[in-house]
Amino acid sequence: MDAQAESYLERLLPGQAGAPASSPSWLTELRARALERANALRVPTTRDEDWRFTDPSPLYKVVLEAPRQAAQVDAGALEPWLIPEAASRLVFVDGSFAPGLSSIRPESGVVVAPLGRTLSERDERVQDALARIVSGTDEAFSAVNTAWLRDGAVVLVSRERDARDPIHLLFLSVSERSATYPRSLVVAERGSCCTVVEDYVSLHSEVGLTNAVSEIHVGEGASVRHVRLQREGTAAFHIGTCGVRVARDGRYRSVSIALGARLSRYNLQVVQAGEGTDFDIDGLALISGRQLADTHSFVDHALPHGRSRQLHKCVVGDAAHAVFNGKILVRPGAQRTDSAQESRNLLLTQRAQVDTKPQLEIFADDVKCGHGATVGQLDAEQVFYLRSRGLSESAARDLLTFAFAAQVVERIALPSVVRRLEDAIVRRTQKESRS
Amino acid sequence: MQRNALLEVRGLTAAVAGVEILKGIELTVRAGEVHAIMGPNGSGKSTFAKVLAGHPAYEVTGGDALFDGKSLLRMAPEERARAGFFLAFQYPVEMPGVTNSSFLRLAYNTVQGARGRDELDPLEFDDYVQDKLRLLQIDPAFLERSVNEGFSGGEKKRNEILQMALLEPRLAILDEADSGLDIDALRIVANGVNRLRTPDNAVVLVTHYQRLLNYITPDYVHVMDQGRIIKTGDSQLALELERRGYDWVADEYRARQAA
Repeated sequence: MDAQAESYLERLLPGQAGAPASSPSWLTELRARALERANALRVPTTRDEDWRFTDPSPLYKVVLEAPRQAAQVDAGALEPWLIPEAASRLVFVDGSFAPGLSSIRPESGVVVAPLGRTLSERDERVQDALARIVSGTDEAFSAVNTAWLRDGAVVLVSRERDARDPIHLLFLSVSERSATYPRSLVVAERGSCCTVVEDYVSLHSEVGLTNAVSEIHVGEGASVRHVRLQREGTAAFHIGTCGVRVARDGRYRSVSIALGARLSRYNLQVVQAGEGTDFDIDGLALISGRQLADTHSFVDHALPHGRSRQLHKCVVGDAAHAVFNGKILVRPGAQRTDSAQESRNLLLTQRAQVDTKPQLEIFADDVKCGHGATVGQLDAEQVFYLRSRGLSESAARDLLTFAFAAQVVERIALPSVVRRLEDAIVRRTQKESRS
Repeated sequence: MQRNALLEVRGLTAAVAGVEILKGIELTVRAGEVHAIMGPNGSGKSTFAKVLAGHPAYEVTGGDALFDGKSLLRMAPEERARAGFFLAFQYPVEMPGVTNSSFLRLAYNTVQGARGRDELDPLEFDDYVQDKLRLLQIDPAFLERSVNEGFSGGEKKRNEILQMALLEPRLAILDEADSGLDIDALRIVANGVNRLRTPDNAVVLVTHYQRLLNYITPDYVHVMDQGRIIKTGDSQLALELERRGYDWVADEYRARQAA
């Protein structure tokens, strides 16, 4: 397996995508440093503790390349994925910005633009923020993403600005057997506020890889709502890394939904960079067939008066496999931390599997922290109650499964997204109960 | 078969985890009647109700229960409900995340559809349910909450009767519908049940106490003990039980058996 893992990077690295036009020297250096690190790093295998339950080796066996030419996408193909509430939409096709599919509403103090444009406009905030949270120097996938960095989505919200309507970042995988490296950067300056929907969709059902990195800087007293939707095809590989840094009194609320991919891994790291921060980190993986969905989250309470709430749910059907590893670290100085984490898992079949590992590491003495995990099947008394009211067994199971999943989905403050996801869950659970 | 017999239970025996709880129940309920099944705790009253509803934890080991001439025991729980059998649970289960309104509408439409009647869309259903809410003095805000979640004891019982009002069963068994209710809630529940009575349906009240029977007058009162119905009388029997307890009935029964 290790040989395969090594040859994966060897095969990959010579194919590094070209740098963006008029690339500033700092970006060239950033890419070069990441490439050097990618050469030195090793891709993970199940021998790594962090990948014990998630075997990435199938990824290393397939040959995937960054598409050389931009695929054509008809605007009508976007219809099912559009979010009417969104003020602006940046669409990326196989990792490249697609101006014809995007729509940007000018708003004072709010920049929503592809990376290339912010570079040509020499917005210093990009240089100050890019690769500052996810450096691409300590882990192979984010190193490759950074080495390949040529395009991406940038959202910059100036001080005290309220970007009221959501910003939709839609990453489409269009070419079969392609590897793409999406990158997103969100900077919410002091006292500002925004909602960003990061959305991964495939328009094909063949194998492919999305290796995405996002960075979110939440300034002092700023508030960011982050919705992450991973709804790629069930043959896809999806590796996502998100780094969030929250300054004093900042608020970060996220809901991550994983419905797609044959193998998906989401690494979320939220770091407290000031006192009095507030995090709500919710997640749902709803998978079936032979899908594997892995979420690794790391909440770093480094300073006093931080609050965090995390609810992660997995609904696992057929022979699918969900993994959750949620670490909450309360460092010695982080007094008065108030943190709670819940991992709730629903197994719909005998073959479904979940590995959940909540981890609480506390090094401060004046804190309020709790965590819990449950793994179970649908409650027989609930199923019976519904049947005693005339519902068929499958309708009863669908309704209960839906209710379990909807609890997370409903935390997304966007009605159209909630509705579409609920429809997707209904379709999924009904398929499940028929099979 | 007797005319108009809605339910005929003959020699019904049932076990849970290998232990026999019901030891040969005999009971006939005709349309238009109200029956009360009373008895000490552990006599098998609730088990009997759950067996009739088809609870999977209980294994029927013998006998039969005919509903409208057809064997209930061969029907899935949902088929029993669609045929017009209803159990108001002693402890209704909480279902976080399932909104009461969508649950009630789904149940209503499923049962209506099975009876060949029109289903209602959300708006039509909302109108329909308002009348029933008034009958049971239920706050409409109650519809937007998760089914039974965080409901008080009284709210749970009223929600059961609300379901009975919506599903219009031909035979309703109310398992301890009075337990945990204050006097006002008890009146509301009893009044609701009385209003839902017709010459074509029947009600079986399973209860430990006599007080519910002050509001709903039974035609028959049965005493259950150790998995059997050991005495049947009229509403006077309930008053006598209230006064004298259950022991004398059991003593009488044993004496009869010994003779």
